[in-house]
Amino acid sequence: MREDIDTVDGEAISDAQAVQRTLAGHRDAYRVLVERHSRSVFRMAYRMTGNGHDAEEVVQEAFLRAYQKLEKFAGEANFGTWVYRIAANYAIDRIRKQNTEKVRRQMPGNPGEDGLEVDPLSTVRDSAPSPERLAGSAQLAAKMKEALEALTPAERTAVVMRHWEGCAIEEIAAVLKSNSNATKNTVFRAVGKLRKALEPFTGSGQAARSVGNES
Amino acid sequence: MKHRTEEELMAYRDGESRDRAGVAAHLEECPECARQLKQIEAVLSTLNALPVPEPGEDYGQRVWRQIAPRLPEKKAKWWEGLFLPRRMVALGTVAALVLLAFFVGRVSKSPVPDEGVADAHQVRERVLVVAVGEHLGRSEMILMELVNARPEPGQKVMNMSSTQKRAEDLVEENRLYRQTALRDGDRAMANTLEELERVLLDIANSPNAVTPAQFESLQKRIESNGILFKVRVVNQDLREREKAKKPSPDRENAGVKERNKA
Repeated sequence: MREDIDTVDGEAISDAQAVQRTLAGHRDAYRVLVERHSRSVFRMAYRMTGNGHDAEEVVQEAFLRAYQKLEKFAGEANFGTWVYRIAANYAIDRIRKQNTEKVRRQMPGNPGEDGLEVDPLSTVRDSAPSPERLAGSAQLAAKMKEALEALTPAERTAVVMRHWEGCAIEEIAAVLKSNSNATKNTVFRAVGKLRKALEPFTGSGQAARSVGNES
Repeated sequence: MKHRTEEELMAYRDGESRDRAGVAAHLEECPECARQLKQIEAVLSTLNALPVPEPGEDYGQRVWRQIAPRLPEKKAKWWEGLFLPRRMVALGTVAALVLLAFFVGRVSKSPVPDEGVADAHQVRERVLVVAVGEHLGRSEMILMELVNARPEPGQKVMNMSSTQKRAEDLVEENRLYRQTALRDGDRAMANTLEELERVLLDIANSPNAVTPAQFESLQKRIESNGILFKVRVVNQDLREREKAKKPSPDRENAGVKERNKA
């Protein structure tokens, strides 16, 4: 029997009530939380992973983990923020694993698909097309996507959480298991790399300036 | 001129700069920093404009369908169940009745101490008798509705959800009254409430939607143990007890007169 998204047994319930009921043994109450927060977690996961398949995996795993750890939730800020953090953590682990696997395949002696050795850190720089080619917005989006993929998992998480989702530095630091200053630096570094990758579009023609220089 | 750092420019852009006026003044004078800020803005705008596919209105339901079979049922701690809203209402009702009975007993003053204790006990019992009577009345109603309901011709599924919810509420109340009856040594009442509880649980645990055949089988179970008849008998007995316990106007007046004398 189909119920309204925000109801259990026809009764509208808040996130806190849904958590309480789930803990009291009413598994169906968890459905309210899943249906309420899946889309926003998906959007974040897509931005972090860069593809729909991985994003869906992240969403499912995040809600499974949140259910398993629900006893520990104990009324933290709110369920949405909490599951979001779990999803970001899982996404970052997943990206790291995928990158490790990619690097392992591309190690010296492990030729790329075209038979040539590949430097994983050079992907963006080497594949950068000329400014003339990068005129259209679709190309700009593609270039940004590529630049995002070239960031380290921590940088990508930091920039997505900070500039896409508007998270506080402390919140990002909790996901990255780091301190506020280091997290701030990660965000700056990530934005710096993106700037460098997008220079042909942003029109400076110069590399991102190293900070605090005197002219 | 010393340029502003990238961190300062980004903090300014995010509205988190500690020296907002200072950075703003510097940007007025320094085209290089203004260009840097513009570039940061362009990069972050591009980032924000990156498309994210819309997973669809029913995405949450799809996720639930995928993960639900992998979620083990959580075992509730006994005290967690008590804080469910419906149980809170049942507990609250009983607690309020007990408090009321206690309070009424305390304030019913009597010139003779022994008589006072007896009065307080009677008032308390009367309050509980009324509450149990109402509970049995509601239970009788739900049983009557179920026994008399007939599926429409051609109806394939019968919705039980609202009846289930009512039965669930009654189970909670029933449990508390049964325990009270046991404590007071009222075995007959406790036995009937125990039988009623089993039937109410049967209703509360039945599927949300049942086939006419399943419904008929539930009706037979209700009818087979004669619970409806037993509930009526106990309820009638309670009404009589209540009537018998009500002090007659003469006795009340006599009490007042005696108190006045004292």
